[in-house]
Amino acid sequence: MTLNSPPVDAHGHDHGHEAHLAAHHHGTLKSYLIGFGLSVVLTAIPFWLVMGDVLGNKQATGLVIMAFAAVQIVVHMIYFLHMTTAAEEGWTMMALIFTIVMVVIALAGSLWVMHHLTTNMMPAHDMIRR
Amino acid sequence: MSVAVATPQTAEPVFHVVDEHAHPEGASTMLGFWLYLMSDCLIFAILFATYGVLGANYAAGPAPKDLFDLKLVAVNTAMLLLSSITYGFAMLEMARARVGATQLWLGITGLFGLAFLGIELYEFAHMIHEGATPQRSAFLSSFFTLVGTHGLHVTFGIVWLVTLMVQVARTGLIEANRRRLMCLSMFWHFLDVVWIGVFTFVYLLGTLR
Repeated sequence: MTLNSPPVDAHGHDHGHEAHLAAHHHGTLKSYLIGFGLSVVLTAIPFWLVMGDVLGNKQATGLVIMAFAAVQIVVHMIYFLHMTTAAEEGWTMMALIFTIVMVVIALAGSLWVMHHLTTNMMPAHDMIRR
Repeated sequence: MSVAVATPQTAEPVFHVVDEHAHPEGASTMLGFWLYLMSDCLIFAILFATYGVLGANYAAGPAPKDLFDLKLVAVNTAMLLLSSITYGFAMLEMARARVGATQLWLGITGLFGLAFLGIELYEFAHMIHEGATPQRSAFLSSFFTLVGTHGLHVTFGIVWLVTLMVQVARTGLIEANRRRLMCLSMFWHFLDVVWIGVFTFVYLLGTLR
């Protein structure tokens, strides 16, 4: 099971492995604390908005808390999951983008189709009750 | 790795390396685990879509406003967020190769995880006691499926965490254990990301409705 000549690692995996372990998966104390601080603020504000009924408008509150959730997800991705475009030669980001596309299609598609189904095919007894 | 000698009669034999070049052990684990998390993400996306479609069908039963206690959810969210930062501290200690401190932070993370689960189970028990069982309405079926699946993930995360703590105690912070801890780190933070969706879309938007 040995080669006559020493195996040449054309892709430089040995170096890449070490560098990737060091660079990709450890944040610093500072980055974790920044992420935590941002998360606390981004969590506390939506709870405050809903529990205190601060805006007085349900639709506006709904949109604002969804925006906060989106920002907080990005914060977690960057500061806790250490997402970068360079990690794993970009494959992590590619997988993430693909997943986001799938999630958007699945969520938006389901909600859209089922909403129309409900409005157009609501059974008679349901209409009366509403 | 098999090597075929193509032309044995010539002075300079030509070698064909049939196998791929050697991969160091675990080189692709992180990417593979990330792909698993992405597939898990799709599971949650479908459960969110299900909740989005069915979440307003109360079947004349209790609505989110009657059931959800936002203060409890806020405490629960705090537990999960704290467990995320303590796991981060464990990873920092692991980078400094300090076994004791790593184990301490992992233990604290596990306790926060258990607190989260305890509060969630208390909430579920309370709801079921009030008659808001998964069988009651489409809203409750989809609610228990979505939040329960997240809770199950946290449960298995804790089992994994304890397993790794035992392994670290037995063999120390060897390369394999570091890799496992990094995978669990991604899993744990990923569950926190999913929880952001749960508390926003299920609890906060549900209470608004």
